[in-house]
Amino acid sequence: MKTFKILGLFALILSLGAFTLSPDPMDDGYKIGDIATDFSLKNIDGNMVSLSDYDSAKGFLVIFTCNTCPYAVAYEDRIIALDEQYKSKGVPVIAINPNNPDVQSGDSFEKMKQRAADKGFTFPYLLDEGQEIFPQYGATRTPHVYLLEKTSQGNVVRYIGAIDDNYQDASKVEDTFVEDAVDAMLEGQEIEVKTTRAIGCTIKV
Amino acid sequence: MKNLLLLGVVSLIVLSSCKNKDEKEEAEDTAVESQVAENQSTNEEAVKFPIYNFENFEPLLHKEGDKTYVVNFWATWCKPCIAELPYFEKVNAEQKDKVEVILVSLDMPNMWKSRLEPFVENKGIKSEVVILDDPKQNDWIPKVAEEWGGGIPATLIYNKDKRNFYERGFTYEELNTELNKFLN
Repeated sequence: MKTFKILGLFALILSLGAFTLSPDPMDDGYKIGDIATDFSLKNIDGNMVSLSDYDSAKGFLVIFTCNTCPYAVAYEDRIIALDEQYKSKGVPVIAINPNNPDVQSGDSFEKMKQRAADKGFTFPYLLDEGQEIFPQYGATRTPHVYLLEKTSQGNVVRYIGAIDDNYQDASKVEDTFVEDAVDAMLEGQEIEVKTTRAIGCTIKV
Repeated sequence: MKNLLLLGVVSLIVLSSCKNKDEKEEAEDTAVESQVAENQSTNEEAVKFPIYNFENFEPLLHKEGDKTYVVNFWATWCKPCIAELPYFEKVNAEQKDKVEVILVSLDMPNMWKSRLEPFVENKGIKSEVVILDDPKQNDWIPKVAEEWGGGIPATLIYNKDKRNFYERGFTYEELNTELNKFLN
């Protein structure tokens, strides 16, 4: 009976995670080594984008970011640079805005289009419509990076965290966390720093 | 099987009531428009609050006086942070002999003159305000609290005997409930 209770509670927690509209993102989310879910989300050009669309990709930099967070804005140019640097090597940036536009009007689909055009985004900028994807990843802040490696088992989470160690000044960065992780992954080496923390804007639900 | 169902229903109620609360709190959270961050330049005039890097700031996390210290991490661009500031102010005023509140602003340098100073002045904030300006967040966040993911609002309460960290917002009642654990 005890086993049943535990199982029941476990199933309940699982189902809550799957069905509540806005599960607490702190509760779960991916850990290093987990298989990340694919998605089909609307890009600013109107097309739906999935990871499975990228036949020749070796991996992905899935970055939860938005228009309105000062930290996310501080990293825009560096996200563009990451895409330029790694797209040709098979690891493109896929940016996802996880915020609810009803709560944060500056993050509406129209404003996303505007921002992407103004900044010249070279990567898809998707809206997590219905906010079902970011909780599965466990993203809690913007910007929040997930490096995925494409394997025969699926897209494996290799790195979670910040882009680098200096949001204020790109020229003063000492540790390029994401670059180091992608480089190691592409060389088939162990990623040294697999998770990092940063101050960021809470995702608006 | 009946027990199983009962357990399920009870935990569903408990869990969903917690969630509703979280939703409300998080729904209030918004950030500033990106334009604000970009258009404002740093004024040359000296900022009114002490500016610390983490090394210089760290002693504020380990004061050895007889008071209970409430260290709140916030920023003017963080709506739920601003929502709870009055409660910290109230506690600071009401229990001045026993409690000391330190409001740690994580505003960016270009916001210090343009947003932070006017905000503190307009709200008439009496608690001590300091600026923590240290971009090496991945190094210092775990030194504040190992469990801190980096979200704000976040608050550390400590005295000589114990310390607790909260990565969440407070109501006035919730803040007092936590504080009482330190005062009694």
